[in-house]
Amino acid sequence: MSVKKHYSFLVNGENHTVESYPANRLLDVLREDLRLTGCKEGCGEGECGSCSVFLDDVMVNSCLVPIAQVQGRQVRTVEALSSDPLGKILQEKFLEHNGAQCGICTPGMLVAAITLLRRNSQPTLGEIQDGLAGNLCRCTGYKKIFDAVADAAQVAREQGVLEGGKA
Amino acid sequence: MPGQLLFSSSSKQGSSCFVTNRSVMVDKCVGKSVPRKEGWEKVTGAALYVDDIVKPDMLHGATIRSTISRGKIDRITFEGDIPWDEFVIVTADDIPGENSTKMFVGEQPVLAKERVNHPEEPIVLIAHADPYLVRKARTQVKISYIEETPCLSIEDSLNKAPVVWGEDNLFKTIRINKGDVDAAQSEAEIIVEGEYFTGASEQLYIENNGMIGEYDAEEGVTVTGSMQCPYYVHPALCAVFNLPKNKVRVIQSDTGGGFGGKEDYPTIIAAHACLLAMKAGKPVKLIYDREEDMVATTKRHPSRTIIRSGHKKDGTLVFMDVDFALDGGAYMTLSPVVLSRGSIHAAGPYRCPNVKILGRAVATNYPPHGAYRGFGNPQSFFALERHMEKAAKQCGLTADEFRRRNFFREGDLTATQQVVQDRVDMRELLDQALEAADYHNKRERFKKENEGNPVKKGMGIAAFFHGSGFTGGGEQKMASIAGVEGTKDGKVRVLAASTEIGQGAKTIFSQIVADALKLPYDMIEVARPDTDDVPNSGPTVASRTCMVVGKLIQTASLALKQSLVQEGGLDEDYTPEQFAQACKDYVARNGKLRRYSQYEQPANIVWSDETYVGDAYGAYGWAIYVAEVSFDTRTYEARVNDFVALQEVGKVIHPIMAEGQVQGGVAQGIGYALYENIVWKNGRMMNGQMTNYIMPTAADLPVIRVLFAEQPYASGPQGAKGVGELPIDGPAPAIINAIEDATGVSVNQIPATPEILMKEMEAAGVC
Repeated sequence: MSVKKHYSFLVNGENHTVESYPANRLLDVLREDLRLTGCKEGCGEGECGSCSVFLDDVMVNSCLVPIAQVQGRQVRTVEALSSDPLGKILQEKFLEHNGAQCGICTPGMLVAAITLLRRNSQPTLGEIQDGLAGNLCRCTGYKKIFDAVADAAQVAREQGVLEGGKA
Repeated sequence: MPGQLLFSSSSKQGSSCFVTNRSVMVDKCVGKSVPRKEGWEKVTGAALYVDDIVKPDMLHGATIRSTISRGKIDRITFEGDIPWDEFVIVTADDIPGENSTKMFVGEQPVLAKERVNHPEEPIVLIAHADPYLVRKARTQVKISYIEETPCLSIEDSLNKAPVVWGEDNLFKTIRINKGDVDAAQSEAEIIVEGEYFTGASEQLYIENNGMIGEYDAEEGVTVTGSMQCPYYVHPALCAVFNLPKNKVRVIQSDTGGGFGGKEDYPTIIAAHACLLAMKAGKPVKLIYDREEDMVATTKRHPSRTIIRSGHKKDGTLVFMDVDFALDGGAYMTLSPVVLSRGSIHAAGPYRCPNVKILGRAVATNYPPHGAYRGFGNPQSFFALERHMEKAAKQCGLTADEFRRRNFFREGDLTATQQVVQDRVDMRELLDQALEAADYHNKRERFKKENEGNPVKKGMGIAAFFHGSGFTGGGEQKMASIAGVEGTKDGKVRVLAASTEIGQGAKTIFSQIVADALKLPYDMIEVARPDTDDVPNSGPTVASRTCMVVGKLIQTASLALKQSLVQEGGLDEDYTPEQFAQACKDYVARNGKLRRYSQYEQPANIVWSDETYVGDAYGAYGWAIYVAEVSFDTRTYEARVNDFVALQEVGKVIHPIMAEGQVQGGVAQGIGYALYENIVWKNGRMMNGQMTNYIMPTAADLPVIRVLFAEQPYASGPQGAKGVGELPIDGPAPAIINAIEDATGVSVNQIPATPEILMKEMEAAGVC
């Protein structure tokens, strides 16, 4: 193992500095050093998407990001979603449609849903399926998640949170 | 089917209920899709799963496991550049009480001592404050063995090649006999024979297993973690630590899925975490990573079924002779009860005067197979519903007409000679499901379109049923207790050890209590399962939580009301505010207000464990599933394009959740049928990763269309039966039947991966 170094970055709008080995995973730094446990480890190899967070507004699997790559950048996690208008709508719709059953994939699924809707505010069912295909859910068979995302897209468009058409 | 209501719960209906329920205070709650009790915590990331919990001064643990399938432990050495003196190290010698998981005969050790009987058997535990160092150290514990010949197939086990358990490798043998199969041979005009195989499969809950153990010389042991059954863990810890009941406390943390996979194995992890904590004098967290969880914990039993059936020329069944065998792995664990359920259902929902079922669970040197949603039924229904397809063909009938002629009618006897009480007409369910799937039109169309087309489409049916609750006298023996509490804040709190694992236990309990007490949903709380606080309402398994435990809390609710009316001066015709005030006053005056209810077997249920004759289950769920599948003759891939799941599960308590349960079960069933293959090498799972154990993604599944028919069950809360397991019993045979419809090729093993399908299709000359 190499030596520990200091890394500074923004998490949910706040500055943080941690002392860490450069290869330590962003996932572990968020969960253990910063106690932001909303992102989950499902597989540790980028397959399940449960650890999804935003890094400079791009969805990443935080289990695959070494902390050295986060220096000076911005991270947003599920803990900040309620203050994002689209995030809030999605949370409400996941609750209403029972898109969260056991809840362990939900934080990552919400990050994937935001990513999808920002790119495409009027997704078809097939586009929702493709958009969420990197996030595994074992409880729902995905249908309730599709319902929640489609409904959230409509509400977000009606409220002007999302543009009307496809980007 | 008089009075049977067919509906599909659309999202729209759910959203209107959502609003209605918040504004109208004492509207009926059951039957509405109210918001999930713990939903907000889950969508905000605030829910605390075991790995999210930190205790002061906590260490991190790891498990060192066997790498061979069978043999004697020769030497354990601690090597490498590791400060071993800083580590807490536990072996079997550190166990103060019994080295046993206390499941059935209890021969499964918590830690292997002199020998190992399967790969991944736990031998040494280590703990240290630095989790990175633990990960490194784990690879530096070296164990050498004197290897012995393992037994690694059902066939070898039945042939005693070699004997690896007891005298004959048989964990359990079950014989079910109805009529006289031998005498009926001569009556049959058509004989149909087949052999069917199913593979092991992994529950693959997204939250891996984990526990935090704590030890205090005065208080005893406390464990917090991911689990389905706190009261399975509790007696095992009492035995392992040689402690009285009040010195062991088991607390369930929020649990990210179970599906049976967190039924028995968490007991071992709990014992490990607490053994380390005892030796360390500090809390110890033991969290499995994905690979460890996949390779070491239980999976669905592989099976082999031989069916021989006799029919009249018109297709009607004369006899069924079923030889059903399950691979139990190295220790008995839950195999006898998995075998029991699978055997009882093995002749299906069909009227047949003569039935013989031989069920055997055999020992091998794989890690013990255990509970997975369906619990033996997915195996026996795959065999049966493939066999029915074969029989239909041999009798010259269509798949639907053959089944229609053979379904149970009201008053018929099941294989265990139980009179079918449920007023469910399978013929009518079949008609409704076929119509919803547009079965006949599509079949006709596909027949034309398949001609010369490299992608061939087909339709497949599965008909099945699933008993709710424990088998036979299981509920009576368990004698579960659940209760409710009127709190000092004027709320009602549900007291049950039944765990919320995603299925919605907290929500449906709250709905049932809300209606029983005519209170709004928001006034009901659910206690966290903690053996210091809640009674033993039994394990969260067997589709029993709603039907059995739900009924107990409904009864306890009425007792609570009675107390407030008789002793608390509450008017019979109260408002929620008056009820709340009466609770507050009662608690201020008398202290805790708790009322419990204990399970009593309905008088009409009679069962014999010796003869396997009688009422195997109080009630059954009934279902017809229809799959539309396309098979690509160039890539050998099968894909499910459409899926109709029609079931009768009694009163549906929460339409959207019930629909979600069915869709989730069908999704797992599609994985079981086509994708989820475990690669074994000398008894070890070689593909313990989500990268190479393939479960369905959002892009792989069709929209699973769910329909409910409702026939209220008299002994269930507001008429509810179980729903959790039923949906995984039917998808695999429906899908493989559809592949046969598309290609004419009979595939009799699952998972039917492209590799398997290639072999079968090439052998049949189709591709």
